[in-house]
Amino acid sequence: MIITQKYFLHFPVCETNTPIIYKLVKDYDLEVNIFRALVSSEGEGYLVLDVKGEAGSITKAMEYVASFGVTINSVERGVVRDETLCNHCGNCVSHCKAGALHIADLKTRKVAFDDKLCIACGKCVDNCPMKACSTVF
Amino acid sequence: MKTYNQINDKIASGKAVVLTAEEMKDYIDKYGVRKAAKEIDVVTTATFGPMCSSGVFLNFGHSKPKIRITQCWLDGVMAYSGIAAVDCYLGATQVPDRDPVNSKFPGKFEFGGGHVIEKLVKGETVELFAYSYGTQEYPRRDLRTRITLADMNQAIMVNPRNCYQNYNVAVNCSDKRLYTYLGQLEPNMGNMSYCSACQLSPLLNDPLYETIGVGSVVWLAGARGHVFSEGTQHCPSCLRTENDVPAEGAGTLALTGDLKKMRPEFVRGCSFVGYGASLALGVGIPIPVLNERVAKHLAVRDRDIQAQVIDYSTDYPQRTGNVLGSVNYEQLRSGCVDFMGKKIVTSSLSSYYKALEICEILKAEIKDGTFLLSQPLAQLPVKQGMKPLNIKK
Ligand code: SF4
Ligand code: SF4
Repeated sequence: MIITQKYFLHFPVCETNTPIIYKLVKDYDLEVNIFRALVSSEGEGYLVLDVKGEAGSITKAMEYVASFGVTINSVERGVVRDETLCNHCGNCVSHCKAGALHIADLKTRKVAFDDKLCIACGKCVDNCPMKACSTVF
Repeated sequence: MKTYNQINDKIASGKAVVLTAEEMKDYIDKYGVRKAAKEIDVVTTATFGPMCSSGVFLNFGHSKPKIRITQCWLDGVMAYSGIAAVDCYLGATQVPDRDPVNSKFPGKFEFGGGHVIEKLVKGETVELFAYSYGTQEYPRRDLRTRITLADMNQAIMVNPRNCYQNYNVAVNCSDKRLYTYLGQLEPNMGNMSYCSACQLSPLLNDPLYETIGVGSVVWLAGARGHVFSEGTQHCPSCLRTENDVPAEGAGTLALTGDLKKMRPEFVRGCSFVGYGASLALGVGIPIPVLNERVAKHLAVRDRDIQAQVIDYSTDYPQRTGNVLGSVNYEQLRSGCVDFMGKKIVTSSLSSYYKALEICEILKAEIKDGTFLLSQPLAQLPVKQGMKPLNIKK
């Protein structure tokens, strides 16, 4: 079965010498769609991506990725919204083109955040007056 | 016809019939204005949003030896000290002296007076630094210490302008992104931003200031506050539609209340990239349903309230007076409007969700008899324009 899975990978020590993404494509036959990547000045690595392929291949590919001591997060995308800081003004909503931040209920205008839709563009970070949205890297 | 005293007696005996602004609209739709005026005693209205014209008077108490403060900073944010020895006024939009502001555009304005006020309300410690030139009875020349809200004698919030009756809706007709106090505006009318609690908003439910006046008691971020004056830029002589509803800025309120009694979730520092820092504040105002006229005004709904769409790339900064058109709050609140042949996504800086919450809290406080109303001492002006500043050569 072909599935698409979202991942946020954190490399405690950046693996700049190994072409990991190339391996995912070549050895595990996955389609890779990278949203955001960063090598920090402390030498850590961050990668937000979608992988598409056979469920079994994805599992194996992630075992391979894990062998580098990588933290694999399949829920978050590196961008978080702190509910306790959010006042549900909705200002972020028109800036979130992916629809991750959205009005959950038109009657109350409560704002919900759907991690799965987030493409980690970071626009909400600058657009939230309450600093409720932040990016891990 | 009901009087304030009659309503207060009912509140005190736990018999008052109280509805939120939303509930009142439904009630009127169902039973009509006449029955509503008879049966309902109080309607709660509210708003929660950035209100730049806000700040607090603080009194620190006297140090040993004493100081007559001439300049002071709280967490690096300067507070105005041109008043008595250990009093100051900390404004919501003041940013730290060291803030790079817009020197590298757009500035982030991550911290300002509003954030200091929020920290104080949360019970956090802030750093106080003060200077003086020294006098014989106030010999100390400087001090640096840590202080909390509880350490202070008084902390009185005094806001020259809150609760704008209605407000501009902003778009950007240029081809570059704009960074404004109404948020970021994307080029070519890429989004539309507004700031109003819409049909819950206090002054939209009392459009001619018949119950809200000088001396009216208000729920100011959880504390009992008061309207102490018309707000600055109060401009009741404006475009009004049916049922007296203003279709532009119009009235404003000057509010005061005890910061020590406020709740932190309703006093929140906020930051606007490229613009500055501010304070988001929650205000609730009860409206006594004195008569049918008051009830009729309370029937107003989002679809009846128009707001003017202004281009913030040219018309707003250049004060051309040009208005692109108008939209109503039902359209704005739906998330998308058709405007000038374009579908534009909308968003708000004011939180409808929080305003609803405040309506409910205030309703509960009135129902349990702890929040009484007060009859205004004076009416707010109902006829008055607003002057521009003409630069003289
Ligand atoms: S802009 Fe910030 S405070 Fe407003 S709804 Fe979005 S996350 Fe919440
Ligand atoms: S990072 Fe981008 S996609 Fe994700 S919630 Fe923020 S604005 Fe939306």
